Amino acid sequence: MTDHAHSGLPTPPTPTVKKPPSTSIFYSEKFRSILYQVLLIAVVITLGIFLVSNTLANLAARGIQSGFGFLDVRAGFDIGEAMIAYTNDDSYGRALVVGILNTVKVAFFGIILATIVGVIMGIARLSSNFLISKFASAYVEILRNIPLLLHLFFIYGLLINILPRPRDSWNLLPGVFLSNRGLKYPVMADNPIWIWVAIAMLVGAIGAYFLARRADKIQADTGVRPKTLLPSLGLIFGFGAVVWLIGGAPLSVNAPELRGFNFQGGQSLSPEFLALLLGLTIYTSAFIAEIVRSGIQAVNYGQTEAAKAVGLNAGNTLRLIVLPQALRVIIPPITSQYLNLTKNSSLAIAIGYPDLVSVGNTALNQSGQAIEIIAVFMTVYLTLSLSTSLFMNWYNGRIALTER
Amino acid sequence: MADISNTGVNFVPTEPRPAPASIRPGPMTWMKERLFNTWYNTLFTLVAIYVLATSVPSLIDWFFTSALWSDAPADACDAVTGACWAFVYEKWRFILFGTYPFEQQWRPGGAVIIFLGMVIISCFKPMWNKSLLVIWPVGLIICWILLAGGIFGLDSVPNNLWGGLPITLMLAVIGCGLAFPVSIALALGRRSKMPIIKAFCVGYIELIRGVPLITVLFMASVMFPLFMPEGITIDKLLRAQVAIIMFAAAYLAEVVRGGLQAIPKGQYEAADAMGLSYWQAMTFIILPQALKITIPPQVNTFIGMFKDTSLVLIVGIFDLMFTMRVAINDLEWRAFYIEGMVFVAILYFLFCFSMSKYSQWLEHELHRGHKR
Amino acid sequence: MATTAPASTATSSMGTSEVITMANVNKWYGDFHVLKDINLSVKSGERIVVCGPSGSGKSTLIRCLNRLEEHQEGDIAVDGIELTDNIKNIDAVRAEVGMVFQHFNLFPHLSVLDNCTLAPIWVKKTAKAEAEALGMKYLERVRIGEQALKYPGQLSGGQQQRVAIARALCMTPKIMLFDEPTSALDPEMVKEVLDTMVDLAKEGMTMLCVTHEMGFAKAVADRVIFMDQGEIVEQNEPNAFFDNPQNERTKEFLNQIL
Repeated sequence: MTDHAHSGLPTPPTPTVKKPPSTSIFYSEKFRSILYQVLLIAVVITLGIFLVSNTLANLAARGIQSGFGFLDVRAGFDIGEAMIAYTNDDSYGRALVVGILNTVKVAFFGIILATIVGVIMGIARLSSNFLISKFASAYVEILRNIPLLLHLFFIYGLLINILPRPRDSWNLLPGVFLSNRGLKYPVMADNPIWIWVAIAMLVGAIGAYFLARRADKIQADTGVRPKTLLPSLGLIFGFGAVVWLIGGAPLSVNAPELRGFNFQGGQSLSPEFLALLLGLTIYTSAFIAEIVRSGIQAVNYGQTEAAKAVGLNAGNTLRLIVLPQALRVIIPPITSQYLNLTKNSSLAIAIGYPDLVSVGNTALNQSGQAIEIIAVFMTVYLTLSLSTSLFMNWYNGRIALTER
Repeated sequence: MADISNTGVNFVPTEPRPAPASIRPGPMTWMKERLFNTWYNTLFTLVAIYVLATSVPSLIDWFFTSALWSDAPADACDAVTGACWAFVYEKWRFILFGTYPFEQQWRPGGAVIIFLGMVIISCFKPMWNKSLLVIWPVGLIICWILLAGGIFGLDSVPNNLWGGLPITLMLAVIGCGLAFPVSIALALGRRSKMPIIKAFCVGYIELIRGVPLITVLFMASVMFPLFMPEGITIDKLLRAQVAIIMFAAAYLAEVVRGGLQAIPKGQYEAADAMGLSYWQAMTFIILPQALKITIPPQVNTFIGMFKDTSLVLIVGIFDLMFTMRVAINDLEWRAFYIEGMVFVAILYFLFCFSMSKYSQWLEHELHRGHKR
Repeated sequence: MATTAPASTATSSMGTSEVITMANVNKWYGDFHVLKDINLSVKSGERIVVCGPSGSGKSTLIRCLNRLEEHQEGDIAVDGIELTDNIKNIDAVRAEVGMVFQHFNLFPHLSVLDNCTLAPIWVKKTAKAEAEALGMKYLERVRIGEQALKYPGQLSGGQQQRVAIARALCMTPKIMLFDEPTSALDPEMVKEVLDTMVDLAKEGMTMLCVTHEMGFAKAVADRVIFMDQGEIVEQNEPNAFFDNPQNERTKEFLNQIL
C-alpha cells in the first residue's frame, strides 16, 4: 500500500460536506400527492354544492317534487308494444319496466343476428373467392361509414312506404304476412303441453351434454371418439316428440287472419321493431366482420403449418388450433360491440320504438322529473355495461396466455 | 452413395425456365384460383354473378339511366321510373345550410371550405408542427365571423338559424378538439398513483362510456338548465356541444391510455434516470410518443363521433340529418325520401370513408417509421 | 467423385432402401423459378445437411417433402407414397414425417404436454393415457420432462425448440425435417438443441436438416448438400465437402460462413 502523498498521484480534494437538499415539506412527494387530492375533492364538493343548490332552487321555482315517488303515479300514456301487460292506467314505474324489457328484447335478438351476419361476412372477407371477398369488403366499408341513425330512417322509411297495406300483404310463407303494419306469423295455440315439450327438450339437451362428456371419456380411454351428433339430436327432439305425443299431439295453430283492415290472431313484430332490429344488425355486423377478420388473421400462419406438419386435417386444425387462438383476440372487442349495440338501441326514439329511452322521454315530458329519469337511464345502462365488463375481465383473466 | 451428380468446378446457374402455361399467372390461372378452385367456390361464384347480374343493372338504371338529372318541379318526377335528382337540385342548399338566410349562404359555404381546408392541411405529416397551432385558431375565428357576422359589414345571424353541414362539422371537430386535452388529463389521472384522482378519472370514464350518447344529450338539454343559477340560460347548441365534448373525452381518454400503456417501461425509467420531473417526463418523453402512436385510433374515434353527432337531432339541433329530415317531409317532395337519404348518406360516407382510409394509411406510415 | 465413407462419429445404420426420392422436381412462385430440376434420393437412416445462401430454395426443398409447399413438376415419393394433391396421400406422408421449424411454432394455448399429445390423440387415435406416456417419454428424451405442465410462453427459446422436437417425435416419424432449427435462437441456446439433434442422429433417425451449423454437419452428416439459385450445386460427404470443395460457388459460400 502506498500513501497518496508518495505515489505521485494528485491528492484527492477533501470532500466537503454538501448541504442536504431542502427538506421543506413542500418538496415531499407524499405531501404533494395529498395536496393534489385534497384540491380535487374541494373542487368536486364546491361544484357539487353549487349545482345541487341551483337545482333545488330551480325545482322549487317550478314546483317539481324531487324523488322517486312519481314512479307510482298513473302514467296516462299508451305504449305501442309491451312484453308484459300494460295500459295507460299503469304507473310510470311499470311503463319504464316495459321500456327496459323492450330494450332487452331488441338488444338480445340484435346481438344474435349481428353475430351471425358479422361472422359470415368476416370469414367471407378472407375467402379465396375474389367475388365473395370483394362483396364482403363493400358490405363492411359502406355500412359502417354511414351513421346508424340514417340506416334506421332508411329502413323504417322503406318498411312503411314500400310494403303494401295489410289487405295486400306479402304472403312470405303459409301463415306469414309482411305488410306496412309489420310481420305477422302463426304460433301454436295456447296449450299447457307446449311448456312440457320445452322442458322435455331441455332435459334432452342436458342428456346430449352428458353424451358429449361420455364421448370425451371414451376417446381418452380408447382413442376413438364415438359419433355424437345424431344421438344428441335424437335425444333433444325425441324427448320433445314423446311428450308431445303423450299430451295428445295438439296441432291447432293460432294463425293471423285478415279481418277488415288489419290482421287478427297470431303474433306480430311491429315495423318499428323490425327497422330497429335490422338497422342494429346491419350496422353492428359490419364492425363484427372486421373484428372476426382481424382475429383470424392474427393467428400466425406458422400455427397452421405446424398443425399440418403433425398431420392434423383441415377441420381439426381449425377447431383445435386456429379458433381457440382467434377467439382470444376476437371476444373482448366483440363484447364491446355488443355493448355498443345495446346502447345504440336507444336510437329507437327516432323511429318510435318504445325502448327505455323512448318511454322515459315521454315520462320526462309529462312529469318533469328530469333528474330521476335520467338517473334511471344511467343506472340501467351502467348496470348492463359494468356487469358485462366484470364478466369480460374475469373471462380475459381465465384465457390469457401464460407467458414468461 | 448413389446418384451424386455434382456440377463442374464453375457453377453456372441453370437458366430459369418459365413456368408451364398451366400454372403461369394470367387471367385463366387467376380465374381458376380465385373463382373456381373448389366446387363450393364455383357455386358461390355462380350465385354471386347471378345476384350481381340481376341487381347492378337495375341499380344503375335507377341511379343514372332512368333518373331525372335536371332541375324540375316535383310533378315532373311522377313520370320518371328512376331517381328524381330534381329533389336534390331543389333542396341541396337547405340540406347543407338549413335555415341560414338564403342570399347569405355563401358565408356558411365559405366557412365549410375553410374548415375542410384546415382538416386536409392537418392530414399531412410535414405540417405537424407549431404552424397548426396558429392556423387552427385563426381559421376557426374566421369561420365563426363568417357564420355569426356582426362585424366587417356582415349581417349578424343568430345561431338558431344555423343548420346543416356547418353544425355537423362544428359539433364533431370542436367536440373532439376540445375533448382532446381533457382526455389526456383523464388518461394520466387514470394511471396516477394517487387513489382519489385515479378513482375520479376511472369513475368519469366508465360512467360516460357506460351510457348511450342520447342520455348525455338529454342530460345536457333537460338537466343543465336545472344546474344553472336562476336567470342564467345557456344556448341549446352550446349545451349539445358541451355534451359531445364530455362524451368524446371519455372515449379519447381510453385511446390515450392505450398509447401510454404501449410505451415501454424503459422509457419511463430512462426519463426518471435523467432526473426529469413527472411533468417534464410526460411532456418531453412519454406523451409525444404515446400521442403519435395513437393517432390512427384517435382518427377512428373521430369518425365515430362524426357519425354520432347525427343524434343531436333528437334534442332538436339543426344538423345535417335534421335538415334532411325536414327536406324530405316537404309535402310536395315526400315521395322522394330515398333520394334525400341517399344524398346525405353519400356525404357522410365520403367523409367517413376518406378518414378511415387516411387512418389506415397513417397507421402503415407510422409503423414503417418505427421499424426504421 | 465422392467417397462413401460414413461420417466419423456417426454409428451408421444406413439401410439400402430409399425413403425419399425426388425426380426432376420443379417449382415456381408466380414466375420465379425456385426449384430447378431437383433430383435427390435419401436412404433410410441417412443424415443430410442442406446449406446454401438465403433464397437458394433449401427451405422450399424440404417443405415440399411434407407438402407444406406444392411442387408443380416432377415426382416426389416419401416412403413409397407418391405426393400428389390426394389428401389421403398427404395425410399419410405427414403422419410419417416430423418437422421442426425455425420459429418453433408451438401451440401457445396448449401446455407442453398437450402440444405433444395433440397429434397422437387426434391423428393416430391413441388413448389419452397412452399418448401422455408417449409424450412424457419423448419430453424426457429431450431432457425437458419437468416442464411438461408449463405453457410454451414460459420456456426459453432453446427449451421451446426441444419441445418442438419432442412434439414431432411423438408421431414416431420415419423421417425428421429440420428447417433452420437454431437460426432463431440466442447463441447460448444453440448447443442444447444441437445436442438433442446429435442424439437423435445417433439413434439412426433419417434426417434432413437445413442449417448453417457446420460443426453439426461435420459431426453427424452422411452427406452435405449445397444449393444455390434453386439447384443442387454440390454434394459430398462432410469431410470432403469442407476440406476440398469442388465448386467455386461452394468455396465462396464456405469462406463466408466459416
